[in-house]
Amino acid sequence: MAAAGNDLIADQLVSFCDELREEGLAIGTAEILDSFAAVEHVPWSDRAQFREALAATLAKSQEDRHLFDRVFDRWFFRAAELEAIEREGIDGEAGDGNQNIGEAGDGGERIDVDELIEMIRQAIADGDEAAMRDLAQLAVAAFGRRGQGSGVVGVDVQRIRRSLGLTPGSSGADGAAEDVEIDREGLRRFESHLRRELERKLIERTGKLPPARPLADLDRALPTNPTQDLAAVHRSVTMLKRRLATLGNEHRGRRRGRVVDVRRTMRASLETGGVPLTLRYRPKRPRRPEIYVLCDVSTSVTSASVFFLSVLHALHDSFRKLRSFVFIERISEVTETFERERDFRKISERISQDGGVADISGYTDYGRVWLEFLEEISADLDPRSTVIVLGDARTNGRDPHAAAFARLTERAGRTFWLNPEPRLYWNYGDSVMAAYEPHTTEAFECWTTKHLEHFVDVVARP
Amino acid sequence: MSSLPSTAAGAGPEQPAGTGFEATRDALAAAGYLADDSASLVSHLAQRLGKPVLVEGPAGVGKTELAKALSRATGRPLIRLQCYEGLDEAKALYEWNYRKQLLRIQAESAAAGPDGAPAGDAVMDDIFGEEFLLTRPLLAAIASDEPVVLLIDEIDKTDQEFEAMLLEVLSDFQISIPELGVVEAQSIPLVLLTSNNSRELTEALKRRCLYLWLDYPSIEREVEIVRLHAPDLDADLARRLVEVIGMVRELDLKKPPSIAESIDWARALLLLGADQIDAETFNRTMSIIVKHRTDLDLVAERVGMRLPAARGSDGPAAATTG
Repeated sequence: MAAAGNDLIADQLVSFCDELREEGLAIGTAEILDSFAAVEHVPWSDRAQFREALAATLAKSQEDRHLFDRVFDRWFFRAAELEAIEREGIDGEAGDGNQNIGEAGDGGERIDVDELIEMIRQAIADGDEAAMRDLAQLAVAAFGRRGQGSGVVGVDVQRIRRSLGLTPGSSGADGAAEDVEIDREGLRRFESHLRRELERKLIERTGKLPPARPLADLDRALPTNPTQDLAAVHRSVTMLKRRLATLGNEHRGRRRGRVVDVRRTMRASLETGGVPLTLRYRPKRPRRPEIYVLCDVSTSVTSASVFFLSVLHALHDSFRKLRSFVFIERISEVTETFERERDFRKISERISQDGGVADISGYTDYGRVWLEFLEEISADLDPRSTVIVLGDARTNGRDPHAAAFARLTERAGRTFWLNPEPRLYWNYGDSVMAAYEPHTTEAFECWTTKHLEHFVDVVARP
Repeated sequence: MSSLPSTAAGAGPEQPAGTGFEATRDALAAAGYLADDSASLVSHLAQRLGKPVLVEGPAGVGKTELAKALSRATGRPLIRLQCYEGLDEAKALYEWNYRKQLLRIQAESAAAGPDGAPAGDAVMDDIFGEEFLLTRPLLAAIASDEPVVLLIDEIDKTDQEFEAMLLEVLSDFQISIPELGVVEAQSIPLVLLTSNNSRELTEALKRRCLYLWLDYPSIEREVEIVRLHAPDLDADLARRLVEVIGMVRELDLKKPPSIAESIDWARALLLLGADQIDAETFNRTMSIIVKHRTDLDLVAERVGMRLPAARGSDGPAAATTG
């Protein structure tokens, strides 16, 4: 009996690991074996411990852990539901007895909405997961009845949340003193409970599981639209900062192509009677380039470029000199803004307010920008300087002035172009990437943090 | 090899499954380390499975301290390998004692006299004996008679070649020395690797480890930690202190204050006899938790200003800081 049970669990775990693999986690047989061994040592009944044990063996970085948590929730939820469907007719026991509360909810209009809201606030404030789950069921029951269901889970979640008047940071609508403030995190958790309940309802109704969908790439992509959470942007900046700050070390530590430092080797050889047993090498220093960044901040690429500028400025220690410019129709220097402000949000606001780069139409004019840059700044360029352009090369049908850009690249030592669009879209529509690309040292697509990291690596390479 | 049965035996008495990880947590607490659930669970698993643990997290959340506490809790001696750029086998595994070998060769050839040639082979065997081996931390941990805790600190500071060299040690707990043969572990050491995540570690290394992410603790836990290390500190003051530290960590600093610095600050407040954190106390003692010129300005501006101006004015203070 027990053996049969173990087999079943083994199958489940393996298929769980398969799903993790599909989401891009590198899970080998060794990890799967480890996870089997690990779950032997935790009680089955404790969900938190079970999850931690699996996570410790399967998710080997924080990014992985993030994905792991999502897949874990989704997968075990689906597994439980599938089981419930298969046992249809026996009873719907899978819901560990909270069915009763659901029944109570179905019982009726007796639920006082105000009281419900108060209870939900309290549960969120206390961080009480079990209560939140039960209350989410109640909320779905209460609002689902009014025929407001749109059938799309994501839409319904927001609809229920809004009709409950739950917004982050708000106190109760009536401003009562005993109301507790809800934080964004708590609200997000409550939403996930709501979503789960709605999905469960949907499965109950249709009697089958919806198709599994891979997690959206959005989670991994660069913040390219302003609605994305600024906190998430911030997190990725700090991570990049730490990682890039030590980039030079990696190159210094590399064995290939090291040069023997004769003086230090001879000195070390005194220990061994003049026989040079240990070789000393000359340390490699990372290049500290002079950097000129030109960023397109028209609406199509704003967030990506402001994000990119913040990253570069966070890293200003690694460069000898860093000057940044933003442009739409005209070009304007913003180096000082970045030196004064540290807050990503503030910088973003300031640039959009008083960058002074939009002229009449507000459409990007690359040609005019090159001409202006040539005239005003290019005298400062020398072969040691690196020019980085961030933009989508969409000229809105205006003259690209590729010749001016070519002159500019001749003056500078290296020119890199970062395009926040995937390579696939280059040269479609009004994108004139093909006109500029031959003049650059290298052009990169840059729409995930991975791309960005790779790029900064290239720039700092000795 | 010989030690595998011992871990299996170790798993035996653990059968009441619920007690295992709580026991580890309590043992760590007794050793002066308040671990959260995931940290104690992973430590527990590491002991049961005999696998190394890769601990990652921001600087100053107690990664190294966890290893020390584990050593105290399990009563195993701690062997520490501090990694740095350019660390190589000679500093981490073992090294031949050249000078001693040279001396031996000279002594042998002097003793053999003019017809010293036939003694060559004997000398060769002789000078590659254990007597001439300088053990470095990794070999010491493997060759140790009693079980140890091995801490490989800041693994991300080394280069990839060094990681590759670690693989043999971490998966098979053995070290091959070409001249001597393979040294196998007498008992499986409890291995912790810490990393500040400043560089992506190789898949091969991660594959051999359990993974633990340590983050700054919750306010409640940090209050407990501070009170554990500065028991004389008033409970309210401890809480206030941790809240202020939390505010400081929220800012985008070059180096956010670590837990150790919270404790230092608590001790400093005790020494100064402060019974309240007001703006003046804060500004005077701020340098204990903030260690960068630019950070100091930022913290003084964003946090110092929001603290109550002087002592004795509790009412408005609560209003401004709340």
